[in-house]
Amino acid sequence: MNIVETPLPGIGVRRELTLTTGRRVGVVTRRDGQTELIVSRLDDPDACAASIPLSADESAALGGLLGGTKLIAQLSAEQKDLPGVSTQQFPMHETSRYAGRTLGETQMRTLTGTSVVAILREGSVLASPRPDQVMLSGDVIVIVGTDSGLTAAAEILQSI
Amino acid sequence: MNHTTLTLIQLGIVFFGLGVLGRLAGLIGMSPVPLYLLGGLAFGHGGLVDFGSIEDFGHIASEIGVVLLLLMLGLEYTANELVTGLKQSWLAGVVDLVLNMAPGAAVALLLGWGPVGALVMAGVTYISSSGIIAKVLGDLGRLGNRETPVILSILVIEDLAMAAYLPVLTAVLSGVSIAGGLTAVGVALAVVTVVLVLALKFGHAVSAIIDSPDRETFLLKLLGAALLIAGLASAMQVSAAVGAFLLGIAISGATANNATRVLEPLRDLFAAMFFVVFGLNTDPASIPPVLGFALLLALVTSVTKIGTGWWAASRQGIGHLGRARAGAALIARGEFSIVIAGLAVAAGSVPSELAALATTYVLIMAVFGPIAARYVEPLVIRFQRGSVQASAPRSAVESTQDSPRTAGPEL
Repeated sequence: MNIVETPLPGIGVRRELTLTTGRRVGVVTRRDGQTELIVSRLDDPDACAASIPLSADESAALGGLLGGTKLIAQLSAEQKDLPGVSTQQFPMHETSRYAGRTLGETQMRTLTGTSVVAILREGSVLASPRPDQVMLSGDVIVIVGTDSGLTAAAEILQSI
Repeated sequence: MNHTTLTLIQLGIVFFGLGVLGRLAGLIGMSPVPLYLLGGLAFGHGGLVDFGSIEDFGHIASEIGVVLLLLMLGLEYTANELVTGLKQSWLAGVVDLVLNMAPGAAVALLLGWGPVGALVMAGVTYISSSGIIAKVLGDLGRLGNRETPVILSILVIEDLAMAAYLPVLTAVLSGVSIAGGLTAVGVALAVVTVVLVLALKFGHAVSAIIDSPDRETFLLKLLGAALLIAGLASAMQVSAAVGAFLLGIAISGATANNATRVLEPLRDLFAAMFFVVFGLNTDPASIPPVLGFALLLALVTSVTKIGTGWWAASRQGIGHLGRARAGAALIARGEFSIVIAGLAVAAGSVPSELAALATTYVLIMAVFGPIAARYVEPLVIRFQRGSVQASAPRSAVESTQDSPRTAGPEL
């Protein structure tokens, strides 16, 4: 993937990549740290269809969504050869009894046969978490297992 | 009422009035500079009300305003950006300079203002307003556009050209011969080169001297250094403005960002005062005689800026719409045209009609520039559609659906 970096003198820097559809998608980072998401127009690739200012939180969240999708897609592709096994993501609600507690306390693997392969938090991926990893409300827990195992896992995570 | 009381009251009225005008400008999305100039015209000699008492304060405040305007201009670009800009776009810079200085100089000669007047008007019509343009590009969401770096690099070159132009102007205005002027060019270029090298190699050292963790002491050190260097530069017959500009270039990195943040309100205050004082010293009665020339200049220099932008953008392989956008964006003139005219008027070596012409010209261009930048696109599209429909009907230009490149008709 080729990311092109263009300095914008007096304003900041623009980083973008060209998609297979021909669109340019990228980010303008201003000197004061403010970021803008830019998407080029199809009829005029020189111009932008949208230029969306994002706060630090918003861009982290957006990055997490995109990064998460990529991770799930990768995992699903790897499990193609394993019939009956799939990947799902579960949000950790603040009402859950396990918010703020460690992964080990859920006894997820013992009870359901599933395994937690990643935790998505504030735009970053905590891959292969250990049993002493603390889960926080707002985390997204990525779990691999059979359909019945995943249903049981969801119940454990949602238990109040 | 004693003098101080009167001054306070008049200053209060002026600043409050400017605040209201600035808000109005903000509401309709235009630069406040033309409204400040209008305010000055209204308050000054021959205007609606005569506010003579603020002249003492106004004089020194507008000097500080110029120093701050140029200091902030220097802060805007790092030495690195200036050098890369110069390497990559010097040809576009030359085209820009020739195309846009010529009309101003020609009109000045036509009006019989001599070579000095020609040099001043050349500068007035040459320099685009980087303040207005950067704001317009941000407001219109064009920072991601491909032509935007082209526009910005032309502005960078114009800034550098100012560093050479201002000392020459100062020398010529103080009445030296051609040889003296050429020496000034040599000295200016040498100083600019030295400062650029120093800023590239020791920028952090300059920044370290100025920098301070405390906002208050930082502001005092920064302002002190700027005024000191401006004064020294002025004493050495290199314009005060250039001294401040070079200091701005030498300050780099995080210090430059902080400096911009700290200085912005001060710059706004003193620069507003500068525009008002310039307006104050321009007699509104002298505007009608030069109005025709101002309109002519506005028309010609809009075309030359569009030409510059179009040409520079086409060299980067940008399409017709992008070229038109680049050209139209460059039209706006503003603060620095008034700075140049202000230096000339203060030196007293140009006729007073020049101030009137410069004021009228900037009033037109500061208002028309952003409008042109906004509406050039629909205009060009309509024009293109018109010519396309004349030959063969075609489906809508705008496509909202992404389709893979191989199958898409967009190519």
